[in-house]
Amino acid sequence: MTKRKTWLYFIPYGLWLALFVIAPVALIIYQSFFDLGHQFTFSNYSTYFQSATYLKMTLNSVWYAFLITLFTGLISYPTAYFLHQLKHRQFWLLLVILPTWINILLKAYAFIGIFSQAGLANQFLTFIGIGPQQILFTNASFIFVATYIQIPFMILPIFNALDDLNPAFVNASRDLGASNWQTFRRVIFPLTLPGVKAGVQAVFIPSLSLFMLTRLIGGNKVITLGTAIEEHFLTTMNWGMGSTIGVVLIIAMIIVMTLTGDQRPKGGTPR
Amino acid sequence: MPQPIIELRHVTKRYDDHPILKNINLTLEPGKFYTLLGPSGCGKTTILRTIAGFTDVTEGDVLFAGQRINAVPANKRNVNTVFQDYALFPHMTVAENVAFGLTLKKTPKPEIEKRVAQALQLVQLADYGDREISALSGGQQQRIAIARAIVMEPQVLLLDEPLSALDAKLRRQMQYELRDLQQRLGITFLFVTHDQEEALAMSDEIFVMNQGEVLQSGSPVDIYDEPINHFVADFIGESNILPGKMIADFQVAFGGHQFECADAGIPVNEPVEIVIRPEDLTLTDPEHAKLTVTIDTQLFRGDYYEIAATDRLGNDWLIHSVNPAEDGTAVGITFRPQDLHVMRFGEKEAEFDARLETYETEDETRDET
Repeated sequence: MTKRKTWLYFIPYGLWLALFVIAPVALIIYQSFFDLGHQFTFSNYSTYFQSATYLKMTLNSVWYAFLITLFTGLISYPTAYFLHQLKHRQFWLLLVILPTWINILLKAYAFIGIFSQAGLANQFLTFIGIGPQQILFTNASFIFVATYIQIPFMILPIFNALDDLNPAFVNASRDLGASNWQTFRRVIFPLTLPGVKAGVQAVFIPSLSLFMLTRLIGGNKVITLGTAIEEHFLTTMNWGMGSTIGVVLIIAMIIVMTLTGDQRPKGGTPR
Repeated sequence: MPQPIIELRHVTKRYDDHPILKNINLTLEPGKFYTLLGPSGCGKTTILRTIAGFTDVTEGDVLFAGQRINAVPANKRNVNTVFQDYALFPHMTVAENVAFGLTLKKTPKPEIEKRVAQALQLVQLADYGDREISALSGGQQQRIAIARAIVMEPQVLLLDEPLSALDAKLRRQMQYELRDLQQRLGITFLFVTHDQEEALAMSDEIFVMNQGEVLQSGSPVDIYDEPINHFVADFIGESNILPGKMIADFQVAFGGHQFECADAGIPVNEPVEIVIRPEDLTLTDPEHAKLTVTIDTQLFRGDYYEIAATDRLGNDWLIHSVNPAEDGTAVGITFRPQDLHVMRFGEKEAEFDARLETYETEDETRDET
């Protein structure tokens, strides 16, 4: 095969990209400019940016996505660091990844069982004398379950970043007099930051549009943009408004991608 | 003898019962250039890591200026390392890399700046402080790695094959610079390499290692002229190693003839090996020759011809000659008694030194009478 024909290999993925990525995004943007009566309009956007409900919902989504990402990160970095030092680390990593093979709805239903009035969690609370509490349908339980689901997606890139880290850097740092903590703060963490950023991208963006969990675990107390989109498309049938929120989400994703991208300028750092 | 700066006493290291270092004893004096020389996997880097504190020993003592430092962590030892792949921090500039160790010590900022500038000056990269590491060539990275280590003013600098990633020309230049730097700083260098040429060129003293043992230690000239066994003779420089037999003191037989040599103290009729360096062999006409060989092939090496030949008994000979020879012809070779070096099988360094002493003093008494 000549070099010129290598583009042929791109056809299957190119088709996929066009049909399932570019076309839907174009359709969403197109739909967002039509109202319920199929008339071209900017009113969806003006409604969105003038309505306190929508803005509060956006803020809510960002806030909860931030909290979920924060907790995921706080748990995942030490875990990845610890896993990386184990002898059979690939095996332990597999155990961490294993839950991602199970459908998210199944996991959500499992948590309903665990957190319900007669569930395992309340049985334990009763056993230690605290008595049954309302766990399900609280904001805390929503964040807990969302964090649980996102953890593997954060651990994996951080683990890989630690794996790629040349151990000579750690030795060099120790050699120059750095304690374990100084080595971590000044060498290991900065050099594995790309892994953390990749993890933030993998967690924050999907967390913005979580919707099944908000209902099943959060009891619809937290209304995120994801829930709003679902409502507009399936309940109120206002596809224009749903698409507008979709566009806002896409823009939010682009912003997050830019913020967590590699920003280090070439040739000298600013002082 | 001054107080040794580093001492290893009976150091043994095992990984899962697999011995890496076997009863290593070595002493480093302040202000000298030492080299650990050996093939890859011989344990030389493990010795370096032992002194730096990156690995612990199974048995034995590591001493720094007379103090046992086995339990002292790497960051508390007054030694610094130049790593094989330099290990410069890619997220810091050149100046930040060099300043790294000083900032940890909470050194005042003006002093850091002064010392970083001095260190960069010393490795001739004074204007490179603001550069990114990725913007440096291999040779420049090498120098920054040295600057980052010496700015800490260590008493011992450990260098782990620091020149192996450089091209031949730069490597030669860096050999001069490293030697020069060591003499200017006056601190101890412990250099690890598998390149015998590098070791011979730079060192005050070489430790030749193989399979976790120090086989021989001494000045480059001693090791080159009087290798203790087949391995050392073969590893250091090029050599002809021939089976022979001791006839009497200062008389040895090999290649079907008997020759005068400079070695003694070996039992009569003991099988030995004889080392002759290719540059000590001189081509001559067969009448004046000590041995006659047939020329097989030759290569022009620029400043000499490398000639491969075979003698009557089928031994291979390597000869360095300024003049070419003709392939297939029989030529004579000659050498002086002191060009022969006799090696006993299984002789240890201590035994070799002891034997050398017996007949070298004999030599002197003979001269006196």
